[in-house]
Amino acid sequence: MAKRPGHTEAAIELKGIDKRFGAVHANRAIDLTIAKGTIHGIVGENGAGKSTLMSILYGYYEADAGEIIVAGTKRTIRAPQHAIAAGIGMVHQHFMLVDNFTVLENVVLGAEGAPLLGPALARARRTLAELARDHALEIDPDATVETLAVGLQQRVEILKALFRGAEILILDEPTGVLTPTEAGHLFAILSHLRDQGRTVILITHKLREIMAVTDRVSVMRRGEIVATRETAGTTEAELAELMVGRKVLLRVEKAPARPGEPVLEVQGLTIRDRGGLTRVDTVSFEVRAGEIVGIAGVAGNGQSELLEAIAGMRPIAGGAIVHRGRRVTSARPADPASVRGLGVAHVPENRSRDGLVMAFKEYENAILGYHRDPRYGNGAVLDLAAIRAEAAREIAAYDIRPPDCRLPASSFSGGNQQKIVLAREFEADPTLLVIGQPTRGVDIGAIEFIHNRIVDMRDRGKAILLVSVELDEILSLSDRILVMCEGRIVGERAAAVATRADIGMLMAGATEHAA
Amino acid sequence: MEAFALAAPIADSTVRLAVPLLFAALAGLYSERSGVFDIGLEGKMLAGAFAAGAAASLAGSAWAGLAAAVVVSTAMALLHGFASITHRGNQIVSGVAINILAAGLTALLGATWFHEGGKTPQLGNDARFAPIDLPFAASLEATPVLGPVYSEVVSGHNILVYMALLAVPVTWFVLYRTRFGLRLRAVGENPHAVDTAGISVTRARYMAVAICGALCGFAGAYLAIAQSAGFIRDMTAGKGFIALAALIFAKWRPVNALFACLLFGFLDAAAIRLQGTPIPGIGVVPVQFIQAVPYVLTVVLLAGFIGRAVPPRAGGIPYVKGR
Amino acid sequence: MNLGGRGAGWIMPIALPLVNLAAAFAVTSLVLIAIGEDPLEAIAIMIRGAFGFGEALGYTLYYATSFIFTGLAFAIAFQAGLFNIGGEGQASIAGLGVALVCLHLDFLPLIALVPLAIAAAAAFGAGWALIPAWLQARRGSHIVITTIMFNFIAASVIVYLLVNVMSPAGSMQPETRTFAETARLPFIHDALALAGIAIASSPLNLSFIWALACAAAFWLVVWRTRLGYELRTVGANPRAAAYAGISVGRITIVAMTLSGALAGFLALNEIMGAQHRLLLEFTAGYGFVGIAVALMGRSHPVGILFAAVLFGALYQGGAELAFERPAITRDMIVVIQGLVILFAGALEHMFAAEVEALAAALGLRRRAEGT
Repeated sequence: MAKRPGHTEAAIELKGIDKRFGAVHANRAIDLTIAKGTIHGIVGENGAGKSTLMSILYGYYEADAGEIIVAGTKRTIRAPQHAIAAGIGMVHQHFMLVDNFTVLENVVLGAEGAPLLGPALARARRTLAELARDHALEIDPDATVETLAVGLQQRVEILKALFRGAEILILDEPTGVLTPTEAGHLFAILSHLRDQGRTVILITHKLREIMAVTDRVSVMRRGEIVATRETAGTTEAELAELMVGRKVLLRVEKAPARPGEPVLEVQGLTIRDRGGLTRVDTVSFEVRAGEIVGIAGVAGNGQSELLEAIAGMRPIAGGAIVHRGRRVTSARPADPASVRGLGVAHVPENRSRDGLVMAFKEYENAILGYHRDPRYGNGAVLDLAAIRAEAAREIAAYDIRPPDCRLPASSFSGGNQQKIVLAREFEADPTLLVIGQPTRGVDIGAIEFIHNRIVDMRDRGKAILLVSVELDEILSLSDRILVMCEGRIVGERAAAVATRADIGMLMAGATEHAA
Repeated sequence: MEAFALAAPIADSTVRLAVPLLFAALAGLYSERSGVFDIGLEGKMLAGAFAAGAAASLAGSAWAGLAAAVVVSTAMALLHGFASITHRGNQIVSGVAINILAAGLTALLGATWFHEGGKTPQLGNDARFAPIDLPFAASLEATPVLGPVYSEVVSGHNILVYMALLAVPVTWFVLYRTRFGLRLRAVGENPHAVDTAGISVTRARYMAVAICGALCGFAGAYLAIAQSAGFIRDMTAGKGFIALAALIFAKWRPVNALFACLLFGFLDAAAIRLQGTPIPGIGVVPVQFIQAVPYVLTVVLLAGFIGRAVPPRAGGIPYVKGR
Repeated sequence: MNLGGRGAGWIMPIALPLVNLAAAFAVTSLVLIAIGEDPLEAIAIMIRGAFGFGEALGYTLYYATSFIFTGLAFAIAFQAGLFNIGGEGQASIAGLGVALVCLHLDFLPLIALVPLAIAAAAAFGAGWALIPAWLQARRGSHIVITTIMFNFIAASVIVYLLVNVMSPAGSMQPETRTFAETARLPFIHDALALAGIAIASSPLNLSFIWALACAAAFWLVVWRTRLGYELRTVGANPRAAAYAGISVGRITIVAMTLSGALAGFLALNEIMGAQHRLLLEFTAGYGFVGIAVALMGRSHPVGILFAAVLFGALYQGGAELAFERPAITRDMIVVIQGLVILFAGALEHMFAAEVEALAAALGLRRRAEGT
């Protein structure tokens, strides 16, 4: 697979693209040139702004400022139609396909070219056959999309773009749903497209992919492009460092951990999603009392499924979860109520979806999951006075503002909402704490508070399993760090010896021996 | 031969009774396939029937009645669309509201405008759709088997019946062989896919809802000025819901809808004819039992006991542009 | 229903339904003008007809009793996120249960008969709701469609039974015999007469007291018990409910059976309290009025009580209006009912922005706080 140097003409020039979403500055005056006939990668951590940038290019959002120049002509892109007209096609991370239509119908939808389907489909069939021949994108045009393997469904997405004459193809995290073999096929297709003169923009967080298939790579961090390199002239290590940056680490003051007995044992755990794809692949580890085990990794590598399974919210396909003598397997599943009863507290990754009822008052949220606890009332009736008292106590102890337990949860800021969840779970005095993204959407002041409370729980002898996409958080809180990539644990480090670069590389899929 | 003598009139009644169901079921098909649930078929039919009876009486013309029915029914359908699509309101509640509104308005206006206790004036034959004898019906009658079938069952219906039957292949063609139909089906399955392809989800749904209204107008017009000689209070008597049941039973497909409506029409015809008559081996089947069969069948289907009835995936969910 | 979900306190739950009600009346006025009547005069007659004399108030409250039951029924399912459109059918079947008790157990004294009738109404109503509930919980069958179908099946069952089984021999009427004197719920005017208070006679009967008790119990269960907490959680956020260890399927069934039971109590008012026999279509569309009442009352018992009395006034006032202005038949009430469901249900938030703006302009709205 020879990589030819790209042509000097620019397929796309972005000048000064700026976009804010409320307080979040997602793209900061971005300048980016993408040469025609190249595969240009864009890497960055979650929240770096890559998806926003591509959404602006494809017309989902309009930039607050800046210009988009396609093949030398300035373009106004306010909707996907404009992007399509400018020759830009997008292969979405979550496919935009109609499952019970055939491949042909999906490709043709919106670009039929005639009111009657007969001639439109016939013409499309011919075009599709040509495209398939030219780009090794073999597919059965009459197959129903939902019967196709995920890799083939993605091909349909690519064909949709090519059918509309896309000269520039954007792929957003395309390999998240593919097996390694399918990913290999995809790269071959992309190289082929590039060799034919089209331009490919590949958004990914996996450095291995960048090194394997791109000609150039731009690194984004905190809304900015921090560097652009020729792929041949850089290394995974350099890219990893650019991705995570060199910052002063705000480490939490903490005494060394004094771990006790194992509280949680995960043995060869395998979890599959509803589509049958393996999300967690024979993972084994343990968490002891009085220690914080942090799982580092880019979102979507199995950590969410792992957390949900331990909390009893997701069935497991193989292996076992052992906690306090209770063995959970695929044959003997757990449920959230019984798991909670055994002393497991769960701070979910998505607090507004899973951990809070926004319409409920604060004190009603304070008992979510614990509403059957005898301290909140005898028999069928709830003791509101006791509940409000407990809620008030938690509000005071966790400095939740405004300090009014009768306000609905939606009235509180993100940070305070998270404190409501944490207070509830921590004050239940669990033996095992399973925490996901504890400071997502939380302001700086609350972050420090939350981190201190987590360490506090550890010092009180709780076993804590922490998952976060913020590497800083993992580094500063954990006693032991596990790195998950593609459903497997790819590395384990003691916190004392872990470095950002080292963990960053493991997270990005670099093998331990990458140069 | 005696069985045949019984069968032909039942077959004839079956077709007549199936027609309003068929119009309404096809109406619902367009709407629901685009993702807008519609339990207001009953109300639109009723409103259409009233409009038809009123207009036909005032203008002395059946076609005027039909036109009025289509206009009124479509207006109510657009109201449902306004609530469901533009305001993203609850489609079930909107449908219930339409049904109740139609029941009240038709009865009130009927009584107030025509002073006959809720009916519209009896229509003369020139203001109704007359039966049409198809060519050669009389001369073919003597032919064994096929003759009576042609002359009694196939020929001799009014034009709306033939339009209803024609609507089935037309709907099939529109849905599966045109660009409009492809987009309509897509909008009901995955509106995001349609949106990203640059097609307006809102426009597609409004068009579907409007077509639904128009067809309900045909259904209502048939009841008032083809099957009967004017509008009578509450004349739809649940047919809109039977049509909904037929649509679900047909798994939202046009040709299946024809058979489902014929089946339910047959049950209706049989219930009338067989009232009090014992069936060999079973005895007298209570008429209420036969009347309940369409509803029971629908429940059984929904329970998944006779195959699965999978509605359009995006059905009932207001579309919110998301990224 | 999201009560004050944006930190707006009491404004939205009270102001918005009133605005929606006003919109419904505005459209009603247009209809009245279209048929050549004066809306203001019509409203005046209705108000007088509903509250202006002793008998009127009794009738208003008698109608309201039925609407309280069906309103609470829809509301409790709605709190759990379910649309129970089957109130009519559940009430009809409950009528069967009540009739069986009153016809066959009338050797018992009234004091024993009443709790049995209540139990029968609850059991039969809940039972009729149970099958759609189970189908939704276990097979995913859409509860709206199944409950609508069950309405029609119930109608067929009742017609069959009344025509063929339960009507007295030789009678052509599809109804049962009249219940014995001891198998009737006492009228309130009779009960008060025993205490020496004289009020005008009307069908208002002791089931009204039971309706008030049910409203109080509704409030207690939904906001003060664990079950109510679980109901509301499933209705507000099913994922959070799963997170909290609540079984969504179990709650579906419980909510629907409670709903069916409440709808069933309608039969106490109509069958045992007013008509004193089982007859066709005694539910008279009250199940659907319950939907309007629950939506207007935002699924809260206090709101439901007000809305039920409002609709009771509409029914009684409407009857009076139809008497004084024969052109405005009682179908006017049905039109208003449909408009209320439209504005308070489907177009619920159409005026929300305007109401909020007005409230903010008047300085009434408390701004959401938080750091």
